[in-house]
Amino acid sequence: MADSNVLLRVEHLCKDFPVDKGFLAKHSKNARYVHAVNDVSFDIAAGETFGLVGESGCGKSTTGRCIMRLTEPTGGKVLFEGKNIAEMDKKALKSMRREMQFIFQDPYASLNPRMTIGEIISEPMVIHNTVPDKAERIDFVRELLDTVGLNPEHINRYPHEFSGGQRQRVGIARAFALRPKLIICDEPVSALDVSIQAQVLNLLTDLQKEFGTAYLFIAHDLSVVQHISDRVAVMYLGNMMEFSDWKTLYNEPCHPYTQSLLSAVPIPDPDIQGKRERIILRGDPPSPIDPPSGCPFHTRCPIAQAKCSQEKPELREVLPNHYCACHFAEPNPIKESSIEL
Amino acid sequence: MSTATDKKEAPQSQAAAPARTLWGDAFARLRRNKLAVLGVIWIIFIVLVALTADLWAPQLLGSPTEMDTTQAAATSKLPPSLEHPFGTDALGRDVLVRVIYGARVSLTVGLLATAISTMIGLVMGALAAYYGGLWDTIVMRLADIFLAFPYTLFVVVMLAVMGQGIQNVFIAIGILGWPSIARVFRSTILSVKENDYVDAARALGASDVRIITRHIFPNSVASIVVYATMNIGGAILTEAALSFLGMGVTPPNPSWGIMIQDGQQYLATQPWLMLMPGLAILTTVLAFTLLGDGLRDALDVKMKDA
Repeated sequence: MADSNVLLRVEHLCKDFPVDKGFLAKHSKNARYVHAVNDVSFDIAAGETFGLVGESGCGKSTTGRCIMRLTEPTGGKVLFEGKNIAEMDKKALKSMRREMQFIFQDPYASLNPRMTIGEIISEPMVIHNTVPDKAERIDFVRELLDTVGLNPEHINRYPHEFSGGQRQRVGIARAFALRPKLIICDEPVSALDVSIQAQVLNLLTDLQKEFGTAYLFIAHDLSVVQHISDRVAVMYLGNMMEFSDWKTLYNEPCHPYTQSLLSAVPIPDPDIQGKRERIILRGDPPSPIDPPSGCPFHTRCPIAQAKCSQEKPELREVLPNHYCACHFAEPNPIKESSIEL
Repeated sequence: MSTATDKKEAPQSQAAAPARTLWGDAFARLRRNKLAVLGVIWIIFIVLVALTADLWAPQLLGSPTEMDTTQAAATSKLPPSLEHPFGTDALGRDVLVRVIYGARVSLTVGLLATAISTMIGLVMGALAAYYGGLWDTIVMRLADIFLAFPYTLFVVVMLAVMGQGIQNVFIAIGILGWPSIARVFRSTILSVKENDYVDAARALGASDVRIITRHIFPNSVASIVVYATMNIGGAILTEAALSFLGMGVTPPNPSWGIMIQDGQQYLATQPWLMLMPGLAILTTVLAFTLLGDGLRDALDVKMKDA
């Protein structure tokens, strides 16, 4: 794990949201919390794409927001190039934000409807004063628009004149305006039509090749993550369950949760799809206010045993560079779950 | 880098369409709302008449304040005629010229009181909503205290302390009007600041001032414009009520409220004394309300079918 070109290292990140509002409730002994992110650790190397998957409400977006300090983490460290973001003051945070950008899920809500796309894309350059000359800035915005596949002539248009896919391209152009080293993509394609998703993913891949940017790619769709990621981590109920490079994870998932997720991804071959066994999980995910004891997944796990409800499994290296938080994890115990890639 | 581009997704109209601003769109929508246009025309008319009154009104209709004591008996309480379109009052003064000069008082009070309320309300609402927590509690409880007192009574008490006179009237109405504006603005900001573009600006490293002025304010201002426009009508009514109660503008200066108060005793015999200033209040307040209503529809970003 210790790599010399580690760009971002997240150590034991925690985020609890208080359930009850108000001074008295917050300070009472039995104050309740939503444990959105629970002791999550991982690292991202420069230029790589790290996929973070999990179902809705598992804390993957909160993890992304905590890294960016859009949400204040309640515990743990976020080291960006060795400096702890969680402890930065306003000034340090501002200069850090030059290196780290965010792409939002909803292309309709993430662009200010009262600004032209030219103003939106040049805003990061104005804030950080990277291109002080106005004419130069406009040229740069036009260039960026061309880079993300939009017509530079539309620089003076407003967001409501564009489609969802085009708006997301504007969001991408804004994120790349400062040439950051890391971009956190919070489900950047899940609000788009399937036909547009691939175009936007291709654009992100091309931009990565050109600028060498690292991505933290958050998604709930395994097939989207597979398309773009170097390494993939699976989250469940605020906990990291498994992580590995994507080939290993997709071919030899160790954790029963990963296995069940992968078995739900359709395979575009009716013969294989018809034959393979789907692992269907029982029940709903438990409430993050009152997470289960021991392994968070034991309430729905097909191979759970008595130990699972008592002892919380640590992330352990089951195979070289393949980490899994399960007492009984073994590489690829369910053969049918492998996917032709 | 054009490999990444996919022209299929390009906009339907590649030919350069004129860039339309949201305010431009709103203006186009407002123009198609007939009632709002009527309101605007009426407001412009009243404003022009009130502003230019000195140039022509006294020459045509006589002084609004001075009474002609020698002929008082002959010229008082005349019914509407060509010479006096709105008739004359008990002291022989032309009612039309008094309505015209009364418009000055009403418009001044309406606009300035609303300006004061809006400025205080904006700052307080922004503090409460943007910083939340303790600020929110302090500002909103203060607003509750203000709203807990009967409004007119509160204004009367303030005027009793400050003394009469037109500037004290709009200051009092303005200071007491902020809580409702602060509330409207606070709730708008609370919903606007949940938008991703505010987070996006924070992620870019924008300062609080920049986020408020460039992102939150432009997207919240529409509701305030609407509310303030309607508030002008409310302030005009309050001024009329105060003058009617004898707490507003001092006689012999004309004000619509004073004129109604003067005219009420002649309601059965000379109804125009009360009717004319009453109609002036009605139409002016209605015009501001219609304009506010039209602005609300016009500024709604979701109605972009213009």
